[in-house]
Amino acid sequence: MSVADFTFYLFALTTVVGGFFTVMARHPVHSVLWLITAFVGATGLFVLLGAEFVAMLLMIVYVGAVAVLFLFVVMMLDVDFAALKAEIAKSLPLALLIGVILLLELATIFGTWQFADGAQAARGAVTPALSEAHNTLALGRILYTDYILLFQLAGLILLVAMIGAIVLTLRHRPNIKRQNVIAQMHRDPAKAMEVIDVKPGQGL
Amino acid sequence: MVGLEHYLAVGAALFVIGIFGLFLNRKNIIILLMSIELMLLAVNINLVAFSSFLGDLVGQVFTLFVLTVAAAEAAIGLAILVSFFRNRGTIDVEDVNVMKG
Repeated sequence: MSVADFTFYLFALTTVVGGFFTVMARHPVHSVLWLITAFVGATGLFVLLGAEFVAMLLMIVYVGAVAVLFLFVVMMLDVDFAALKAEIAKSLPLALLIGVILLLELATIFGTWQFADGAQAARGAVTPALSEAHNTLALGRILYTDYILLFQLAGLILLVAMIGAIVLTLRHRPNIKRQNVIAQMHRDPAKAMEVIDVKPGQGL
Repeated sequence: MVGLEHYLAVGAALFVIGIFGLFLNRKNIIILLMSIELMLLAVNINLVAFSSFLGDLVGQVFTLFVLTVAAAEAAIGLAILVSFFRNRGTIDVEDVNVMKG
């Protein structure tokens, strides 16, 4: 077995085992940590496939943002996970049944498919040779030209998601003293302070 | 020699694990969201594998968009989860049959 093959099996095993324990772990914090393991494994697979940019993006977006978001929420909410976990034995048969059926379905097409005759000709953007352009450069060349509309729409989706998340979680509690920015900006220094000349022995 | 089908097998296994998790943890919405992330990751593995073995960059561009949607979905899902927990004190999704304002 060559080094590349060994690396593939290592990362593939990491991904699948990480995914499995994400689903099976007893506590959601462990689930999140296994999810991170699965993402790191998938990052390795992407590097092996020559998709370095997507691999690094996966690392930054998934491990750095999404998984940490999950971790925040799991730790922030005081949830009784034992009660939620108690029902798991009841749903195990159905889950196993559906999993096995789906696995069999995927296994039936595993060795039998092939590329269509026109697949090579129908390629949308042929990957340039590595000496010509590396992965990030090649991806940027088509992302900012052919796919500019989709790129902008992806940004719009993120904007909507951001606004939605803020609107959903923002709340004003009534009995808390808050900063009033307008009042602060309209504060006039000339009126804020008064200099009084106090005569000795008189007081105000 | 590792070929395309090896990567497809990893993607298929991960996708099945995601579905399995959806049906196994029907009450815990956090695990449900994580299962959906796993399934999207499986899709991404398939896209990148085909992109690499066919020599077509469009698969990787599509992966970027799947990644974007997955991140947005996780953010919105967790925001809904937080506000739901605030109102009900639990994250049992079987209680989410009451959608009256």
